[in-house]
Amino acid sequence: MIDHPKPACRRAVRDALGFPSIMLCASMMAFGSLAQQSGYSLSMALSLTAGIWGLPGQVAMIEFHAAGASILFAVLASSLANARFMPMAVSFLPLIREGVRHYGWMFLLVQLLSLNPWAAGQRVFPGIIPSVRVYYYVVFAIVCLVAGLTGTAIGYFGIGNIGRPAALGLLFLNPLFFSVMIAGTRMRPAIIAILIGVPLGPIFHYLSSDWGLLAAGLFGGSFAFWIHRKTEKKA
Amino acid sequence: MDTSTTLWILVIASILATYLWRFLGTLFSKRIDPDGALFQWVTCVSYCMLAGLISRMILVPVGNLIEVPLWIRLVGVMVGLAVFFIAGRIMLVAVGSGLAVFIGLTAILNI
Repeated sequence: MIDHPKPACRRAVRDALGFPSIMLCASMMAFGSLAQQSGYSLSMALSLTAGIWGLPGQVAMIEFHAAGASILFAVLASSLANARFMPMAVSFLPLIREGVRHYGWMFLLVQLLSLNPWAAGQRVFPGIIPSVRVYYYVVFAIVCLVAGLTGTAIGYFGIGNIGRPAALGLLFLNPLFFSVMIAGTRMRPAIIAILIGVPLGPIFHYLSSDWGLLAAGLFGGSFAFWIHRKTEKKA
Repeated sequence: MDTSTTLWILVIASILATYLWRFLGTLFSKRIDPDGALFQWVTCVSYCMLAGLISRMILVPVGNLIEVPLWIRLVGVMVGLAVFFIAGRIMLVAVGSGLAVFIGLTAILNI
């Protein structure tokens, strides 16, 4: 059982430096190259990584805007793509609550939350006493953030200096990462929503490159929700 | 309004709109059930839009990817997904395989 800040921080660095950092660096490299290709400055790309801090929303914003969506719909899509932050915060913050003296700090700490520290917390927190967990979380999340920002910058500059196949590969990494990421979900309603969204997305995109994909999500997602509710009771 | 200003507005608005979810999650963290019907519906809408976005990005790309033939894009994703499900759901291996096939085909066919 870890009961001091120091070993908790050490453990956080060790846990974060492996797989999570590599994944973040690689995926944010893809994002950095997409941002560069789409005409964003490096400071915009870095602001997006640190500010949104969730790949789906970052890529959705750039892709929507590039495809011709207005600012309002690009912002909506970007926000919606990371709607999972709300349930994640709800389930995660109570775990670190004991080590935070004023609840107001939570509004700052929640900005560091992403899938990696969330998952690490679920796994590691049973072995750390509640009052020390916040140290683990902050250190782990900052290592992740540094890896993400580094990846963004590498991808941003890299795309001009590597061969054409590799540069195209870097751009292709965005949809590829997503495909594998959402294919990994085991939540039943989400799986139904994905199966409906795959054909619906391009069809609605042809109806309108502005609001088409958002409408696809709204209609398809509501339909998936309805199917899930209908079939869940029988199962 | 010049392009840079427009993009900065887009960037900042997106950051704030994303923080809204974090903010609400923090505000409600003691009073709301993350498994409730409302969350489930938001999850469905969000996943459906993402799945739609991904298939649009692959089938109808907007950037330079359009220069790569559709079949190479499809093969890349299929290989990635196949490896993911066959080789024990290891994301890095799956993404690496798909990417290697994509870059390999692009290089060999000199696209």
